[in-house]
Amino acid sequence: MEKNNKNNKENVKVVGFWVSPFVHRVRWALKMKGIKKYEYIEEDIYNKSSLLSEINPVYGKVPVLVHNGKPLSESSIILEYIDQVWNDDFAPPLLPRDPYQRAQTRFWAKFADQKVLESAWMVLCSEGEKQERAVKEATEALEKLEEKLKSGNSIFFGGDTIGYLDLMIGFVSYLYPVWEEVASVKILDALKFPALVAWQSNFLNHELIAGEYLPPRAEAVAYFRWRRSELIPVYNRMY
Amino acid sequence: MADGVVLLDAYFSMFGMRARLALAEKGIEYEYKEENLGDKSPVLLQMNPVHKKIPVLIHNGKPVCESLIIVQYIDEVWKDKSPLLPSDPYQRAQARFWADFVDKKVNDAGRRLWTTKGDELETAKKDFIEALKLLEAELGEKPYFGGENFGFVDVALVTYSSWFYTYETCGNFSVEEHCPKLMEWVKRCMEKESVSKSLADPKKIYDFVLFLKKKHGFE
Repeated sequence: MEKNNKNNKENVKVVGFWVSPFVHRVRWALKMKGIKKYEYIEEDIYNKSSLLSEINPVYGKVPVLVHNGKPLSESSIILEYIDQVWNDDFAPPLLPRDPYQRAQTRFWAKFADQKVLESAWMVLCSEGEKQERAVKEATEALEKLEEKLKSGNSIFFGGDTIGYLDLMIGFVSYLYPVWEEVASVKILDALKFPALVAWQSNFLNHELIAGEYLPPRAEAVAYFRWRRSELIPVYNRMY
Repeated sequence: MADGVVLLDAYFSMFGMRARLALAEKGIEYEYKEENLGDKSPVLLQMNPVHKKIPVLIHNGKPVCESLIIVQYIDEVWKDKSPLLPSDPYQRAQARFWADFVDKKVNDAGRRLWTTKGDELETAKKDFIEALKLLEAELGEKPYFGGENFGFVDVALVTYSSWFYTYETCGNFSVEEHCPKLMEWVKRCMEKESVSKSLADPKKIYDFVLFLKKKHGFE
């Protein structure tokens, strides 16, 4: 019997898109907190339903977490919310409790999105000289991440087990190689980035992750091939 | 000095102003160090090797970077005075959402207002006003974004008001005309000593931007 109706796990909905790394973060976070029974609604982001504009009027994007009827968007913000709300013996903390460690974690999560993901996306959506420049930026971003991981002296960004930062950086383990394949480049290799490559496999093999929610590789490759062909001309005009 | 607090900053930065403002709200004494961004100090390069940007808060010798992360850190460490973030998880998430919106939408459009011209400038104006209108709607009838009390979103946005004069002059428009309620909110915030002493002078910012425009050929 649920003592606290507010935390009733049946009042959780996630609106997502099968290949979005931002959505995967939210699903992993819920799983880490022991929340397995919730309604997952797959949204076709190229044919948006009225639901998305209702629950995310500002951006119209996924993921959206709806808890007790109240919607939240932006994956990093959703994860911090999940960490705050589900917080007991069965729900391990996602973020460190110490304010300085939390600040560091938030800093690197922001870096992962703004520098690592952004640069890799540019590699995916460009060619020729533009792609060369993007590859350079992507390499530099990964170098900083590699250093961060090494300096922590542990296998995960969160320490001995995965935490918020691992979830935020998670896309590096399974999407980065897909984007590399589609873009015909190789950036994240074991010689240059031994710690990150080891982390990729440790993360994917972790019992909490173990391939769950991940898109089948062939389908992901096909999807991003399509995105690349659509976006190259767009980004050519913009940048 | 509250356990050795140093702020590496630059007078004109709306991001630096956020850190100044949070420290002022909490009544924390600290050492302010003005950085010349054209000639960054070794301390800055050492304390923020990843981005080499200000603001950087140095507390007991350890650096915290990124303005909103700094503000949250200040709120968490000096938690007994003037809380900036709500304690309710949903409201807290909403506050983070809107502060992040300021970073995503207001910042980018604002920058384009003084670095572009012609069609690009018109688009920047449209985007900027649209973003402010959304924020104005979010404020509603509340005295502050934080409700009865000045809060996280107020800190995130009010520092941009020091740049309004620059944006309005470069873009040839009036914020007050499009968002009168937001301007009322700005005036209300400026009545707080923490705000008025943390924000840079709008005219000085404009002069600085004119200098930058000339230097980088944005005219």
